[in-house]
Amino acid sequence: MSDRIEVQKTYKTYVGGSFPRSESGHYYKVFDSEGDFLANACRCTRKDFRDAVLAARAAFKGWSSRTSYNKGQILYRIGEMMENRRDQFVKELGQIGFTKEEANADINASIDRLIYYAGWTDKYQQVFGSVNPVASAHFNFSILEPTGVVSVLAPENSPLLGLVSVIAPIIAGGNTCVVHASEQYPLPSISFAEVLNSSDVPGGVVNILTGIRSELVEHFSSHMDVNSILYTDKLDKETKIKIDELSSNNIKRVVKKNISDWYETDSASPYFVVDFQETKTTWHPVGF
Amino acid sequence: MSETKTKETTYKPTSPNSKLDFASLWEYSEAPESSANLEIKDKYDLFIGGKFVKPSKDRYFKSINPSSNEEVTQFAEATQKDVDKAVKAARKAFKGEWSDLNPSSRGKYIYRIARMLQERAREFAIAESIDGGKPIRESRDVDIPLAAAYFFYYAGWADKLEYAFPGKKPEALGVCGQIIPWNFPLLMLAWKIAPALACGNTVVLKPAETTSLTAMMFAELVKDAGLPDGVVNIVTGAGQTGAEIVNHKDIDKIAFTGSTNVGKIIQKSLAGTDKKYTLELGGKGALILFEDAPIDQAVEGIINAIYFNQGHVCCAGSRLLVQENIADKVIMKLKDRLETLIVGDPLDKNTDIGAINSKEQFDRVNSYLELGVEEGAEVYQSKCSVPENGYFIRPTLFTNVSQSNRVVQEEIFGPVLTVQSFRTADEAIEKANNTPFGLAGGVWTDKGSKIFKVGSALRSGVVWANTYNKFDPTSPFGGYKESGVGREGGLHGLSAYLNLK
Amino acid sequence: MIQNNKFEVVPIDRVAVEERVGRLNKRSIKKESKVQALKLALSMVDLTTLEGKDSEGKVRQLCQKAKSPHPSMPDIPSVAAVCVYPNMVRIAKESLRGTKINVASVASAFPSGMAPLPIRIEDTKYAVEEGADEVDMVITRGAFLEGEYNFVFDEIAAIKEACGDAHLKVILETGELHTYENVRLASDIAMEAGADFIKTSTGKISPAATQPVTLVMLEAIRDFYYKTDKMVGMKPAGGIRTAKQAIQYLVLVKETLGAAWLNNEYFRFGASSLANDLLMQIVKQQTGHYQGPDYFSID
Repeated sequence: MSDRIEVQKTYKTYVGGSFPRSESGHYYKVFDSEGDFLANACRCTRKDFRDAVLAARAAFKGWSSRTSYNKGQILYRIGEMMENRRDQFVKELGQIGFTKEEANADINASIDRLIYYAGWTDKYQQVFGSVNPVASAHFNFSILEPTGVVSVLAPENSPLLGLVSVIAPIIAGGNTCVVHASEQYPLPSISFAEVLNSSDVPGGVVNILTGIRSELVEHFSSHMDVNSILYTDKLDKETKIKIDELSSNNIKRVVKKNISDWYETDSASPYFVVDFQETKTTWHPVGF
Repeated sequence: MSETKTKETTYKPTSPNSKLDFASLWEYSEAPESSANLEIKDKYDLFIGGKFVKPSKDRYFKSINPSSNEEVTQFAEATQKDVDKAVKAARKAFKGEWSDLNPSSRGKYIYRIARMLQERAREFAIAESIDGGKPIRESRDVDIPLAAAYFFYYAGWADKLEYAFPGKKPEALGVCGQIIPWNFPLLMLAWKIAPALACGNTVVLKPAETTSLTAMMFAELVKDAGLPDGVVNIVTGAGQTGAEIVNHKDIDKIAFTGSTNVGKIIQKSLAGTDKKYTLELGGKGALILFEDAPIDQAVEGIINAIYFNQGHVCCAGSRLLVQENIADKVIMKLKDRLETLIVGDPLDKNTDIGAINSKEQFDRVNSYLELGVEEGAEVYQSKCSVPENGYFIRPTLFTNVSQSNRVVQEEIFGPVLTVQSFRTADEAIEKANNTPFGLAGGVWTDKGSKIFKVGSALRSGVVWANTYNKFDPTSPFGGYKESGVGREGGLHGLSAYLNLK
Repeated sequence: MIQNNKFEVVPIDRVAVEERVGRLNKRSIKKESKVQALKLALSMVDLTTLEGKDSEGKVRQLCQKAKSPHPSMPDIPSVAAVCVYPNMVRIAKESLRGTKINVASVASAFPSGMAPLPIRIEDTKYAVEEGADEVDMVITRGAFLEGEYNFVFDEIAAIKEACGDAHLKVILETGELHTYENVRLASDIAMEAGADFIKTSTGKISPAATQPVTLVMLEAIRDFYYKTDKMVGMKPAGGIRTAKQAIQYLVLVKETLGAAWLNNEYFRFGASSLANDLLMQIVKQQTGHYQGPDYFSID
C-alpha cells in the first residue's frame, strides 16, 4: 500500500456535551516534545467560558439530583471507556514525551482513580454526614450537598492523570465544572472529553476549554455564577492574589492544593470530594 | 438627646383591623429584671496575655445602651500596636503552655469556662440586654445558656479530635483572629472561642464595638478560670482594629461573622496569603408556607423567624412565601399575632422585641421602611406603644411586594418581614433560591415527602422544617453562596480550626 | 384530608404548640396585673364537687364558699358557678338563690357518657328542669376515635336541644383523644354542633386539662369566631390547682383570643382546690405576707 495521507484530528473544546470551536475563531499551536507542530488548539475566550458556565449551571440540577448509585456507575463507565481508548492516549502522551510504559502507567492510574471515586459517590455522605443529638424535641441531621459550578485550572504538567484526578472528585460529589486544560498539553484532555462524551456523563457536567491560562484566569475567578475554583499547581504570587481577590466578589470557595505528583496517595482522597461540598443541616420537630 | 427621638415616619402603616382586641382589659405590669447585682466598670482595658492592659494610645470609646441612649461604659480602642501585642501573647501561649498541656486538661479548662458561665449566667444576660438592647427573655433563655452549652460541647472534643476526621491527623493551626458581630455578642464569642481552644489554638478576639461588655466580662471569667496567660486575648475597637487582625502576618486563621460586604473585604484582604478563614455572613431566608401546614404553629414559627432578636439575625426568615390559597388567612393571623408582641424595655421580662442595637442600625432599618413604601409595598405595623427614648421599631410586615424589590432582595437586619405568595412548590423554591444568599430557609407542611423534596432543593446551609431559628452546639451552621464559607458548630465546626494532615 | 363530608383534620405540630405554651408561661405577671388576674381567675371558677359521696350538706357548704369565698375580705368576687351532679342541682339552686352564681350540672351519663342517647337526653332534661343554668356533657370518645364524627355531632346537637336555654359545655375528655389533631377536630365538631363552651376534661381521667390542649382549643375557638362570628367559651378542667397555673391560662386566653374572652361568660376553670390558692395569693398581694392553708376554709 502506498503512503496514505493521515486524516488529522481537529481538537475542539467540550461544552454542554458537544464539541464547538472557540467562538473567537482563535487558536494556538501545540507542539510535541521535539518542538514539532502537533495540532491547533482552540484559544478560548471569556465568551467561551461564559457559555461553558451556562452549560455547567444548566446541567447542575439534573446531575446533582442523580442518585449516588447512578453517579457511581457513570464514573465507573468513564473508566471502562478509557480502557477502550488506551491506544489513543498512549499515542498522545507519547507525543509529549511519555514513554510507552509511562503512558500506560498514567492511563492505569487515571482509570483506577475513576473507579476509586466511583466507589466514593455513595459513601462519603455516610462518612462525613451526621445526625446531631440536639438538646430539644427535634430531629436534626447534616448532609453534604454539592457546592455548585466549579471552575478548575487543571494541572499543567499532568494532562491526563492530573486532569482526571481533579475532575473525578468534583463530579463524584454532584458538582458540574468548567475546566481549563493544561495549556501546553491540551490534547489528551480533549481526548478525555471524547471519553466523557461516550460514557453516559450528561452534557454540561464537565466542560473542557483550551487556551492561554493567563488570559482565562481572571474569568475563571470572577464569574458570579461560579461557586468554587480549584487549582493544584504552584502559582505565582500575583496570580494567586488575582484569583483570591476576584473570588471574593461572590465568596467563591477557593480550593488550593499543591500537588506535583499525582501518584502520591494524598492526591486522591474523599476529602477532595468534601472540598466541594456544602453541609446542610435540617431540623424537624419530633412528636405526634 | 434630641437626636435620639424617633423621627417622624414618612410612611403610613395601615391601621390594625383585627376582630380581636388584645390591648384592653388586662395589661401586664412592668416586670423589670433587677440589674442591682451587676457591676459595670466605668471603663474596660484590653485583655492581653492574661492581664488587663491599657491601650497604647490611651483612647477609649463609649458604649451606649440603645434602649435609653445612655452611656453604659467605655472600651479601649486597640491599635495596630495593641493587636500585635495580643498576637504575640497568643503566639507565646500557643508555643508554650497551651501546646504542652495534654488534650484532656485543655478540655477541662474549657469545661470550667462552661460551668462558670452557667454560674454567672444571669449577670451576663443582664449585661447583654443593657449593652445590646435584646430582650432579657432571650439573653436569659437563649444567648447565655447556649453560649455555655457550646463551651460544654467543644470541651469534650479536646481529647477526641483524632476520631473526628477518619484517615487524618489533626493539628492545631496556631493563632486565630476572630471578629464577631453585635447581634449575639456572647454567643458568637462562644461559637468562635470554644472550638478554637478545643482544637488547641489560641485566640485574639475582637467583639463588636457596640457590644463589647460581655466579652470583657468573659475576659474576667477566663482569668478567674485560671486559663494560661495569652490563650484568650480580647481586644476592643471598631473596624480598624478588625482590619489589623485580618492583616496581621502572624495569624494563621481568621474567623469572621458579620455582613456579606465586610466578609468580601476580608476575603479580599486575605488574597495571596495562606491563612485559613471561615466567614459567617448575611442572609435573606425564605419561609415557605404550604396550604397543608399546621398554620397556627407556622405563624408562631414565622414570628420567631423574623422578630427574634429584633430581626438582627443573619439567618432570620425575612421573606415569607405563602401558598396563594391561604395567603389572606395567614396574613390575618400574622397581623393578629403582631398585636401581642410587646416592644419595649429590654430588661422587662415580658418584652418580646427590644431595642434596635444602635442608631446606625435604627436609621438603616428605617430607611428600608421608607424604601419599601417607595417601591410600592403596603406596610403594616402593630399598634403597640414604644418607649420614647432609645431605638425601637414596631414589628413590620410588607405585603404587595415583588421579587425585584430591594426590600425583598437585601438584608434589612431588622423586624421587617416581606410577604409574597406562590402557587406551586416549584415557584416557591425558585423564589426562595433567587438571591445571592444561602444561609437558611424554612418549610412548613404536614407532608413529610414534601419537606424532603423542598428542603433538598433549597440552596442554604440550614433548613428548618416546621420550626425556625433553632440552634444547638452539636449542629453545624453556615451558609451556601454569599452567606459564607465553612461551618460552625458540631463535628463539622472543628475542621475550621485544624490542619488535617 | 377529608375524613368525612363535614369535618376536616387541621394539622397541629405538637412541639411548636408546646414551645408556644412554654414561651407564654414566661410572661411575668406582677403587681397590679397579678391582683387583677387573681380576682379575674376567681370569678371564673366553676367550684366543683363530683364525688359519689357528695351529700346535701357538702353541696350547701360549697355554695356558701361560692358566694363568699373569704368572708373577711368583702371585695373578693364570688365564683362563676357551682358544678354538681344532677341530683344535687336543686340543693345548689336553693342555696344560691338571689346570687348571680350559676348552677352547672354534669348531665348525660357523666363521666363516661356510656349510655344510650335517649337516657342521656333524659338526664340532661332532668338537670335543666331541676334548675341547672349550665350543662356539662361529655362526648362519646369511642365513637370519635372510630371516626364516627357524625355520631358525635348528632349527640351534641341532641343534648344541646335538650338543654333549652341552659348553656351547653361540651367535654372532649382530651386525655382520651391522644393527639392535638383529635382535640382540634373534636373542638370543631362540638362548636359546629352548637356548644356554648368547649371543655377539656371530666376530671376523672388523667391527664386532665393541660395548657397545650387548651391552646389548641382556644385556636379552634378563634378560627370558629372568624368563620361564624360566634364566640364560644372555653373551660379547662381538672388538675388546675395553683394560682400560678390559673394565671398562665389567662395569659393563653389573652394572647390568643383577647379581652373579649377574659370574663366568666367565656372562660371558666373547672376546679375545686384552685379557689383557695387564688385566695391565698390575693391575700398575699394585699398584705405582703405569704399565707398558710389553715387560714382559708376548706369546703
